[in-house]
Amino acid sequence: MSVDKATVAKIAALARIRMSDDEVAALVPELNNILGWVEQLGEVDVSGVEPMAAVIPNHLRLRDDVVIDGRVRDAVLANAPAAEHGFFGVPKVIE
Amino acid sequence: MSELAELGVAAIRDGVAGGDFSAVEVAEAFNARVAGATALNAFIVATPDKALEAAAVVDADRASGKPLGKLAGVPIGMKDLFATQGVQTTAGSHILEGFIPEYESTVSAKLWDAGAGMLGKLNMDQFAMGSSNETSYFGNVNSPRRRKDGGNAALAPGGSSGGSSAAIAARLCPAATGTDTGGSIRQPAAFTGIAGIKPTYGRCSRWGIVAFASSLDQAGAMARDVTDCAIMLEAMAGFDPKDATSLEMPVPEWEAGLNPDMRGKRVGIPREYRLEGTDPDILKSWDDGIAWMKDAGATIVDISLPHTKYALPAYYIIAPAEASSNLARYDGVRYGLRELPEGAGLQDMYAATRAAGFGPEVKRRVLIGTYVLSAGFYDAYYTQAQKVRALIARDFERAWATCDVILTPTAPSAAFALGDKSADPLAMYLNDVFAVPASLAGLPAMSVPAGLNREGLPLGLQIIGQPFDEQGVLDAGLAIERRAVFSAKPEQWW
Repeated sequence: MSVDKATVAKIAALARIRMSDDEVAALVPELNNILGWVEQLGEVDVSGVEPMAAVIPNHLRLRDDVVIDGRVRDAVLANAPAAEHGFFGVPKVIE
Repeated sequence: MSELAELGVAAIRDGVAGGDFSAVEVAEAFNARVAGATALNAFIVATPDKALEAAAVVDADRASGKPLGKLAGVPIGMKDLFATQGVQTTAGSHILEGFIPEYESTVSAKLWDAGAGMLGKLNMDQFAMGSSNETSYFGNVNSPRRRKDGGNAALAPGGSSGGSSAAIAARLCPAATGTDTGGSIRQPAAFTGIAGIKPTYGRCSRWGIVAFASSLDQAGAMARDVTDCAIMLEAMAGFDPKDATSLEMPVPEWEAGLNPDMRGKRVGIPREYRLEGTDPDILKSWDDGIAWMKDAGATIVDISLPHTKYALPAYYIIAPAEASSNLARYDGVRYGLRELPEGAGLQDMYAATRAAGFGPEVKRRVLIGTYVLSAGFYDAYYTQAQKVRALIARDFERAWATCDVILTPTAPSAAFALGDKSADPLAMYLNDVFAVPASLAGLPAMSVPAGLNREGLPLGLQIIGQPFDEQGVLDAGLAIERRAVFSAKPEQWW
């Protein structure tokens, strides 16, 4: 499988990264080079193999259902580029 | 007191505890080294006051007879991937420039609790994506190493923990933290002639470490020798309920357990790592390592890891896939950079912010990750890669039936010059060919200096161990360190 300009532009839009036509065009051969190389994985016989998501067997723990933190609004907002009135500020979303 | 900056972790700790010198004197000596080495660009931010402050506490504790921590009086460098309260944390990226965490990562907090002090935040490849430290927004790190040909080619310190490796090799700090997703501790350690260990996945908490690929990311220790790595790692490791993948196991006393006697141990030599066309100097250092292991009493065993050649391509699906998901958080809303073009809506703001904030390699990997996870391609790429990952892990499990540790070269080459591979992403990726399999299998692995090549550049040997057997890895590393003829100190040119 290989990607063309339209596909790269679509992926960039999905990834929310603005790109110029030139940037998209430059990425087409780069991504195809990398994708062509990873495609050798297709030759591996994986019948009966379960996909591995966690590398060290570990059970997920449950914690006690109690509040352990909170009341740190100002710390949460401290690095926000446009905090206002105790909220994250964003451009207008609704007309 | 510049000679204090020649000391390693154990020597500083013991000297401070014994009253041979004060922690403040040590901090001053290293602060001066850091200030005098701006040409290396190893630090993004220096924090001399933090180092002095921590040292003063240690000196006061000692004076009042309080028990001292495992790293009391040892100033260290902190990779800029660890969130440090009140000190800028960027992950080497413009998108986090100016981000001042309100909290401390678990690993760094443990180090400060053990009595270490912070000399500064170390430069690194942007979001830990790179093998040469050339993707940092804050400029390349120059390796303190030079070829002995008399030329002045600026060499890569390796990556992504390139600030860490350069700073330790140049004696700007006795030890530093690193993180390793697919070789980011071991390859820079090999390139600069120092030691570095990535423990078993889950040993060190990932809480407060800027995430790259969560199923692979693991913090580890970098220092000039194996003993210093053991001391650092002991202070960094341990269960943390704030990380769901943290190992709920006691931390062994690795330093006290160090034993370079390899009698009764079986060292596996994987035939698939003997790649055609490998640099003869690399092969020679590997043969040297095998001879040293025999000399230490080990039995050498030929082993096979049949899926080795698929490790890198599997990694370059899994890591970008996880990265594309992890990096979705950089949206210009909660922290970091915001680009808001005139009249832009929310979606435009996201896209403009990420376009301005991420470097080219980060964009490349986010796009690959987005593609392999997208509808219609998920099974062909991502699920297939996860299955191959299972086979790679199984290769190692089978190998452990016949050997206790595995010995390989750390990297297929010595340090290359800055700019040599930066135009060809695939050539750069291939430099991690020997490091990535252990990452995919979550195994402890370390690089130790093995000698110099014909150009006078350091080469590293890698030891891969069984899950939770950091001790076996450190012991084999110590056996090599005792036998490797190695001039560890680069000549100062900066």
